[in-house]
Amino acid sequence: MTTEVLQVIRSDGSVQKKLEPTLSEEMLRKLYRTMVQVRALDEKGMLLQRTGKIGFYVPSGGQEASQVGAVAALDAGDWLFPTYRDPGMALWRGASFREMLAHEFGCAEDRSKGRQMPNHYAFREMKYVSISSPIATQIPQAVGAAMAAKYRKTKEIVLTSMGDGGTSEGDFHCGMNFAGVYKAPIVFYCQNNQWAISVPLSGQTASESISVKAKAYGFPGVTVDGNDVLAVYSAVRQAADRARAGGGPSFVEALTYRMGPHSSSDDPKRYRPAAEEEEWRQKDPIDRFRNYLKKQGIWTEAWEKETWDGVRADLNEATKQVEALGPPTISSMFDDVWSSIPPVLQEQKDSLIEYLKKGELKDLGGAFPL
Amino acid sequence: MATLTLLQAVNDGLRTEMRRDDRVVCLGEDIGINGGVFRATEGLQKEFGAERVIDTPLAESGIIGTAIGMALYGLKPVPEIQFMDFIYPAFDQIVSELAKFRYRSGGQFPSPVVIRTPYGGGIKGGHYHSQSAEAYFCHTPGIQVVIPSTPHDAKGLLASAIRGEDPVLFMEPKRIYRSIKGEVPEGEYTVPIGKAAIARPGTQVTIVAWGSMTHIALEAAEKAQEEKGVSCEVLDLRSLVPLDKAALLESVKKTGRVVIVCEAPRTGGYAGELSAIIAEEAIDSMEAPIVRVTGFDTPFPYTLEHAYMPNTGRILKAIDTVVNF
Ligand SMILES: Cc1ncc(C[n+]2csc(CCOP(=O)(O)OP(=O)(O)O)c2C)c(N)n1
Ligand SMILES: [Mg+2]
Repeated sequence: MTTEVLQVIRSDGSVQKKLEPTLSEEMLRKLYRTMVQVRALDEKGMLLQRTGKIGFYVPSGGQEASQVGAVAALDAGDWLFPTYRDPGMALWRGASFREMLAHEFGCAEDRSKGRQMPNHYAFREMKYVSISSPIATQIPQAVGAAMAAKYRKTKEIVLTSMGDGGTSEGDFHCGMNFAGVYKAPIVFYCQNNQWAISVPLSGQTASESISVKAKAYGFPGVTVDGNDVLAVYSAVRQAADRARAGGGPSFVEALTYRMGPHSSSDDPKRYRPAAEEEEWRQKDPIDRFRNYLKKQGIWTEAWEKETWDGVRADLNEATKQVEALGPPTISSMFDDVWSSIPPVLQEQKDSLIEYLKKGELKDLGGAFPL
Repeated sequence: MATLTLLQAVNDGLRTEMRRDDRVVCLGEDIGINGGVFRATEGLQKEFGAERVIDTPLAESGIIGTAIGMALYGLKPVPEIQFMDFIYPAFDQIVSELAKFRYRSGGQFPSPVVIRTPYGGGIKGGHYHSQSAEAYFCHTPGIQVVIPSTPHDAKGLLASAIRGEDPVLFMEPKRIYRSIKGEVPEGEYTVPIGKAAIARPGTQVTIVAWGSMTHIALEAAEKAQEEKGVSCEVLDLRSLVPLDKAALLESVKKTGRVVIVCEAPRTGGYAGELSAIIAEEAIDSMEAPIVRVTGFDTPFPYTLEHAYMPNTGRILKAIDTVVNF
């Protein structure tokens, strides 16, 4: 038995008409532009890491269509419980490069106040929930948010993203089970990029696909070509509509590929063949969508250049701005642990700041404001 | 003798024990072809095969749960948790199961699993690649907690852990994985679990530390000698559980002044336990209150990690406090 893989755009840009979503030209252009933004941010992020300006970076090249197609299929009020490989979901909802880079640099201006490693974004007003490194923890949380939305009858739904590796954790299975039992309005969205660091999918599951797992929890699952932004859009849209209409959870598996290393600390040459990367390079999601836009008569050489130039200019400007921003104050380390600071922690804070003021612990202060 | 990094010593230790005893198997995420994300298991799958060096699915409770089953069956599993920060999905398996199997079965089902895990800050890892979570496990009867600070001890303690009859949490100070080098005997040897080491002898102040903090303590001790003429003894605990109480009390009774360094958050940390033991059993010898130099009661920060981690400046400050009391 093999799982069917839904596709809308064939590799030559031609279309399977039955599944093609009807999207405005403006929407199609925004999809493309956001995918370009993701790729450009990726290149910049890796460069900043390689030149020692930021400490770490998680590239998501190859997964642009998977990220952007999924978020685009939701309503603006729907909640996202993403992973560290979903910058496109934030960019789609309007996060600026400045905000994203302020986070990578761990500046005072970072929404998370420099407390987390790069790529662990949090955007409250976009309902882009703070990302955790521990894999799969967001899944049952997302189900809880969906249960709450159902209780409040808001018609908002939740999408939680995960990697193929994430589906091995216990949190994945209990999240799926709760969602099935409570008919929670949620879309489980797995970007199956074939690898969890060095472990290939075959080392992760003996299941014929990931989406088939949904069946055992009592709801439908589909597999789509994750490098086909319109296939992703269509599948997630259908799942979202179903959730919104009270039909309960669905599972969407997007087949894609992590073109780069797992992170700036990883070297994929140690564990995967270059030929495999090359094979997937031929399936590049941006190239695929470009072919489609060409066929639709939307794409021109001039627009391509304008899009890339515009995105790169924004990114360079944002980088310049962020490089001039300062780090968080040392005192800020003690904020937000609780809703208000308890006396014992206040004491710890006071004694550290007092030492620093006296200049006795110069080695700590340095360029850092108190 | 070869000069090895702490990381190479761990690798050498695993290889040596696997050659010695075919019951020893390793399992964990990315430990096979990739040799572990830090390369602690580099080359082991090649030498011992994929049945003894097992790349597991991404599930820590699965890793520890299956390791327990293997141990019950008679193997000597050495699971790796990729970062200590990711040990929590396995917390139930460790705390409720692994640590209690022997006791709850009246001694019928011992479960000698050795969990290796890199821990600690100082690598710009932020919240989830920096934690020092020893206190949770020290609070759990039935599992030993061992933390080496030198390549020699890393290999020797790992051998003792693998040959021992009890479950061990073997915490590897990743901050000094590559920066600390030392002489390591080739082949088999053991360093006993439950014995502290005097990393530097001294007479006026005892600095108690473990893992990577031992090296910060040593730096501070050197500076205290040079800059202030204060002689500090650095006691490297090596095992937190079982604790070498005799060595601790002996040093403290000699110096009468104690600084305890612990990079974990302060409240409920192991430094508190040590302080209580000293207060209960050596108060008569004390010339000054015990001073702890610890992480703060906040999650581990990213940009500000240098301000969070105990450093030589804060230890010197503490030395001043106990000397000038
Ligand atoms: C609980 C937990 N265990 C281990 C890790 C270390 N780790 C980080 S990412 C990763 C692989 C994740 O693979 P996958 O879910 O497929 O997502 P991808 O990185 O491919 O997007 C691992 C093992 C972690 N972050 N959390
Ligand atoms: Mg993956």
